[in-house]
Amino acid sequence: MSGAKSWDADRALSLVQGLERLPGALLPILHALQEEFGYVDKAAIPLIASALNISHAEVHGVISFYHDFRHEPAGRHTLKVCRAESCQAMGCESMIRHVEERLGAKLGGTTEDGGVTLEPVYCLGNCALSPAVMLDGKLYGRVSSEVADFLIDDARRHA
Amino acid sequence: MSVKVYIPGDAAALSVGADSVAKAITDQIASRRLDAAVIRNGSRGMFWLEPLVEIETPRGRVAYGPVSTADVPGLFDAGFLEGKPHKLHLGLTEEIPYLKNQERLTFARCGITDPLSLSDYVSHGGYRGLERALKMTPEQIVEEVTASGLRGRGGAGFPTGIKWKTVLNTAADQKYIVCNADEGDSGTYADRMIMEGDPFVLIEGMTIAGFAVGATSGYIYIRSEYPHAFRQMKRAIKIAYDKGYLGANVAGSGKRFDLEPRMGAGAYICGEETSLLESLEGKRGQIRFKPPLPAIKGLFGQPTVVNNVISLATVPIILDKGGQYYRDFGMGKSRGTLTIQLAGNIKRGGLVEKTFGLTLREAIDGFGGGTASGRPLRAVQVGGPLGAYFPVSLLDTPLDYEAFAERKGMLGHGGIVVFDDTVDLAHQARFAMEFCAVESCGKCTPCRVGSTRGVEVIERVIANDDRAKNLELLNDLCEVLTDGSLCALGGLIPYPVQSALKHFPEDFDKPAPLPPPQAAGRTQERPSWR
Repeated sequence: MSGAKSWDADRALSLVQGLERLPGALLPILHALQEEFGYVDKAAIPLIASALNISHAEVHGVISFYHDFRHEPAGRHTLKVCRAESCQAMGCESMIRHVEERLGAKLGGTTEDGGVTLEPVYCLGNCALSPAVMLDGKLYGRVSSEVADFLIDDARRHA
Repeated sequence: MSVKVYIPGDAAALSVGADSVAKAITDQIASRRLDAAVIRNGSRGMFWLEPLVEIETPRGRVAYGPVSTADVPGLFDAGFLEGKPHKLHLGLTEEIPYLKNQERLTFARCGITDPLSLSDYVSHGGYRGLERALKMTPEQIVEEVTASGLRGRGGAGFPTGIKWKTVLNTAADQKYIVCNADEGDSGTYADRMIMEGDPFVLIEGMTIAGFAVGATSGYIYIRSEYPHAFRQMKRAIKIAYDKGYLGANVAGSGKRFDLEPRMGAGAYICGEETSLLESLEGKRGQIRFKPPLPAIKGLFGQPTVVNNVISLATVPIILDKGGQYYRDFGMGKSRGTLTIQLAGNIKRGGLVEKTFGLTLREAIDGFGGGTASGRPLRAVQVGGPLGAYFPVSLLDTPLDYEAFAERKGMLGHGGIVVFDDTVDLAHQARFAMEFCAVESCGKCTPCRVGSTRGVEVIERVIANDDRAKNLELLNDLCEVLTDGSLCALGGLIPYPVQSALKHFPEDFDKPAPLPPPQAAGRTQERPSWR
């Protein structure tokens, strides 16, 4: 995601230490790291494990369980496209195919220039205005192929 | 006295441009030197009219919509600040039939108040439920909720009062209230609307739950797909702390209740209560064996109430007006109101809070106005991805827990997804299995392995590869999933599959084999980690 800083062990440690006392601190810590760096670096695993007094395997297991946590930075923009039933009923699949072709990237992939990461998502809670997408955390409704093109072009112009 | 202009700040309204409309209106107010104030309310839930702009007039609130930025100068020219006519003029908001024909109890304030104004909340009946609860014993509060007949609105429909009673009667030093805001079912958005449009009602409901069972701490587990709702809840919680409605001395009662929002991380299974608890504890969101029930051994091993957003947000009105008042709405064993969410291929998609008993047809045609595409309706999926697909012949089914169960369906969280005649139910059945494979927590074999085998078997059926034998295999697999899965994900995924087979057999009997769609599940994103 745009604006993320590159990996910095000292910064990571201070984020971990700021949250380690929370009950059930692991998800808040992982979210904080991902927000700061755009992904959860493997180097964070021993830091977290020692702060929470759990094994490396447990930390790794949690990171890998959840769809949200990345092990490498995403593209400058992240486009999440909903492919759940409500959006299917409004033709999201043809819109998604169009976006894939246009970007030259499949769902789960990133464009060659690192500009856009395309991700599937199962429901954004905008089901009365399907199809829905989320671009860099902002929700859009009634997204036709044309609207998707506009959103992508607009985002790329600004970064 | 400045004119009040209401423009929703709800995520769905924003998704169709409410922010730009708000900016255009603010600019016009400034450049025309008018005396008007813009308020960002929640949504009224009439999404086909969003962005819906309302003006407060002496006659009541007048609505205009859907407003685009291009319409704004013309609206001012037409005198919309006085509620004057314009092509987008919809009359008095309360008189719009879609809204007028509802019974809004849980959503009484949503779209009307400024969601982050505690004084608005209180002047519209907020915190009256808590006030009454503070004069009652815990047993009396639980009794009131039991008397209301409220059943868990997350989908399972378990009586809320009985759950609370179990927690109340389980002695422990620490108990918890956990709000399940992991609203992952496609076709549902009522939880999101409440969190964005009336967050204090959820805070009040959780506080009452805390006092009822003796819990001093609560968590709201909000899915990460709802960043807007998460921010809104966080702001509302801070305001409630600042004004003394949360913390060591709630509303001067001397009683403590602390509340914290936590963000999920994109796992559908965390909407299952035991997975959610694991996730809150910082673990993989794998489900737990039951028993012990979370009410006895829940979060961090302590007695825990886990309730859905709508269940908890309904508690304040029950305490305010009494269990009997709420109970007088509804039918059979389904008491009170259901928050129906119209979604998918529907002309007038939105939230309809209505006494239990409305039929599917009345909801879809009466409120929804039929399909958005104008093509004939062919299938309806109620209750999210684990809900059955119903054909037109079942549209007279009343929206009631038992009526749906009798027809091998489930009401779930009240989401209704409409499909027109372009839908291919074999494809939908395949998707159901694929979804289960992507979202399975992996703990039990039927769900973890069965879902992947399910995708393969359905693909063979579609490809007309030994069809009769594979259909038999599919039914067999569904039986194993139903009987052998640990939780509702694997246990209910046969619903969409078998209902598609039963009601739409022709879709599984087509000659031309379709090329199987690319399996674009999330598992592909990160092969090295899975």
